Amino acid sequence: MTTIDSGRSTGPGPGEAAGTPVALTVDGRPVEVTDGATVLDACTAAGVETPTLCWAANLTPVNACRLCVVEQEGSRTLVPACSRLAEEGMVLHTDSERVRHSRKMVLEFLGSASELDQAPDLARWSAHYGADPGRYGPAGATMDEEVRVQDDLYIRDYDRCVLCYKCVEACGDDAQHTYAITMSGRGFGARISTEFDVTLPESACVYCGNCVAVCPTNALQFKTEFDLREAGSWRPDDQTVTRTVCSYCGVGCNLELHVQDETIVKVTSPDDHDVTSGHLCIKGRFGWGYVHGR
Amino acid sequence: MTDLHIGTDRPTDAERAAVDAVVGGTLGPAVVVEGERLVRGGLSRRNDRRHLLLPALHALQRVAGWISPGGINHIAEVLAVPPADAYGVATFYDLFQVDQPGHDGDVTHVCVDAACQIAGSAGEVERLRAAGVPVEASPCLGQCERPVATFVQGRGRPDRVPADDEAGDASGSGSAGPTGSGAAVPSVPQSGQPGLRLLRRIGRAAGPVDPTSLDAYVRAGGYAAMTEAFRRGPDGVIDEVVTSGLMGRGGAAFPTGVKWRAVAGEPGPRHVVVNADESEPGTFKDRVLLENDPFALIEAMTIAGFAVGAEKGWIYIRGEYPLATRRLAEAIDAATAAGFLGPRIARSSFDFEIEIRRGAGAYICGEETALFNSLEGFRGEPRQKPPFPTTNGLFGRPTVINNPETLVNVLDIVTDGGDAYAAIGTEGSNGSKLFCLSGRVARPGVYEVDFGATLGELLDLAGGVTGDLRAVLLGGAAGSFVGPDRLDLPLTFEATRAAGLSLGSGVVMAFDHTVDLAAVVTRIADFFRHESCGQCVPCRVGTTRQHELLVELSSKPAGPDRVGSLRLDTDLLDEIDRAMKDASICGLGHTAGTAVRSAIDLGLVPATNGDSP
Repeated sequence: MTTIDSGRSTGPGPGEAAGTPVALTVDGRPVEVTDGATVLDACTAAGVETPTLCWAANLTPVNACRLCVVEQEGSRTLVPACSRLAEEGMVLHTDSERVRHSRKMVLEFLGSASELDQAPDLARWSAHYGADPGRYGPAGATMDEEVRVQDDLYIRDYDRCVLCYKCVEACGDDAQHTYAITMSGRGFGARISTEFDVTLPESACVYCGNCVAVCPTNALQFKTEFDLREAGSWRPDDQTVTRTVCSYCGVGCNLELHVQDETIVKVTSPDDHDVTSGHLCIKGRFGWGYVHGR
Repeated sequence: MTDLHIGTDRPTDAERAAVDAVVGGTLGPAVVVEGERLVRGGLSRRNDRRHLLLPALHALQRVAGWISPGGINHIAEVLAVPPADAYGVATFYDLFQVDQPGHDGDVTHVCVDAACQIAGSAGEVERLRAAGVPVEASPCLGQCERPVATFVQGRGRPDRVPADDEAGDASGSGSAGPTGSGAAVPSVPQSGQPGLRLLRRIGRAAGPVDPTSLDAYVRAGGYAAMTEAFRRGPDGVIDEVVTSGLMGRGGAAFPTGVKWRAVAGEPGPRHVVVNADESEPGTFKDRVLLENDPFALIEAMTIAGFAVGAEKGWIYIRGEYPLATRRLAEAIDAATAAGFLGPRIARSSFDFEIEIRRGAGAYICGEETALFNSLEGFRGEPRQKPPFPTTNGLFGRPTVINNPETLVNVLDIVTDGGDAYAAIGTEGSNGSKLFCLSGRVARPGVYEVDFGATLGELLDLAGGVTGDLRAVLLGGAAGSFVGPDRLDLPLTFEATRAAGLSLGSGVVMAFDHTVDLAAVVTRIADFFRHESCGQCVPCRVGTTRQHELLVELSSKPAGPDRVGSLRLDTDLLDEIDRAMKDASICGLGHTAGTAVRSAIDLGLVPATNGDSP
């Protein structure tokens, strides 16, 4: 067990030979990608924007939200763009009635079950597809979870959780290999959890914050952001983002400092950075208090 | 994986001993899966002990009555599985409790699905509860021929099914059986009738073949097929299975020979898996088959392993089938002792062994890729297909996965040849089929007919409907309701497909006019809500909204008081159904709205549309 492959179905990296070309059709347009590319890659190559939720460039596709489904001629059901490999001769439709219906319903289902007011991408797509979560009425089941505030670094507001698995993957195989959190339960009762829902300080969590970085709905938030929002003084439009290099060790992780009122309010790392792929450790993510003399 | 963070809770001595008894000494060969990472898995899949997680959790649950934090920590240590992961797996299954029970006794699970529901399961739950018995309402327990079904989860002792005790064939010693000349098998009303194929050893006029005796099986012609298979050779066996036109009996009706040929053509190691996680509401044929003729499955699996070049076979059987599990385990031991399993079987160069794994209460694990994940020690969440099991199955290896009934057909195919088998049945459906008759029929049970019999003929075989027939649930909860106008429908793959229906797993459940069908349909929706794995949004939320809408439909009159947009209720149900069919990952979501839709079309539920009649 010494070899570790990333398992990602991305194209060739720098210096690698290009793979076998794969030709397919997206919305009537011929496109060519290389062997190992996904349907999502093909859609992007065709200039088609595809809504995604559980997919991220720095994570292995988990194929759970089904927001990215497209219609493949000859397939009984729709296929997930994010995790389906492109095949020679595929004929795909990304804006058929079936595709629009399923995407609309997925967005409605999500909106009817989880609080999405801090997920601007989902709001944009919901408007695009005409999703109306309200038509299921107020009596339907929702996530219905208390905010978990257990430390000074980040909070978990599972009312906002859409169970996209991104945090589990970032904590586990895809980045941190800490395995502090898991999907627990089943069906509508499924929740992200530590073992027996113990608090984060009691769990295996190492506070790298990589789960926070990949969360698409703000269910996981920096405590600084949470406190500012509670106080009504969270103003993203007034924030600047400054890119710098982490000062702690010699790895050279890039940091993006999000600053409001001359105070760092959260730290991210660029997804496409070849050192971090968006992931950081506890020091880079949370260890900036010294900047402000704290 | 050596630096796992383990909490401070420690196991009791009993918990430690129970887990170690299952895990210790049985550590298998390293399971290293290279390049197997199309969706999830990664490093956590490269753990050679993780597949023992479910057996370890079973051991802990039995001795402790729950999955305790100390017990989880011990399992995490010995299997090198993160405690959170082990917890996530445990919480996936109905038979594992992560809350400390308030008692130290057994737990009785009472089936509340359709056949038992209409036989008064709600009253049985109340009665037991009033008597102070710890009770759980359970999804279908696979005993629909003898409602109300119960299953007792033992605390510190084996699980049991009270109906087995009453039938006198589950003494616990393993020696008793429905034996003795002329003894009938209650679940097989055709016992003693000529012309049976799959059920012939169970339904013999001279008395059923003792399912606990390998000698009796061999005297009744057992293991002749394996001898013939060795003579034909692997390719010869596959040729005959292809020629036979045998199609899978688990519900998907995929050609078995095609599957076998594909796996045989892939590089090894390969696996043979039997999907005995029979959990489709209304289905109990595999249970009856395995309880009463376990050696037939063992022989057929061995032939499958020989044909595709597999060294290892696995039986994944649902946790609620203790008698079938015990019979199979005893059959494996007997066959191994006699040289029918193990190295160099019957002095050939073929090695084959079989391992049994118990499910733990999750319908979804009957989905083949969910079953693989469950067996490997992960949550029973289906995988995206492609890739298919023929190339990426159990442990990422090429895998034949078949239903028990499907495999038992192979014995006659190998013995008599594929052509002879293909001559039985109809043009598009070869052989015979087991049907599970339940509900309002005079003699519920497993019935075998050659393909071609109509729905009406099958109901007649079961003594007819008691009362005025209102509807039949065909194919299970994932199937459809049909009305009395369908009695002439031949129960073949081609005829049901042409009618937009499915044979599914062979469920034929009859309802008369006295049945509250709206309640039955609502319960079916509740079943899917409960059994959705929760992985994909269309199914996780869709099954929930579908159930909520049906509850509203059944409980409130049409009008302005209805919640939300229920003026559009049936249209909304249709929209939900379409999204689940189109966008869900697996067959559970694809079919979760089918029975509901058919019930509305038949007028079985008050599908009131506020704006129109």
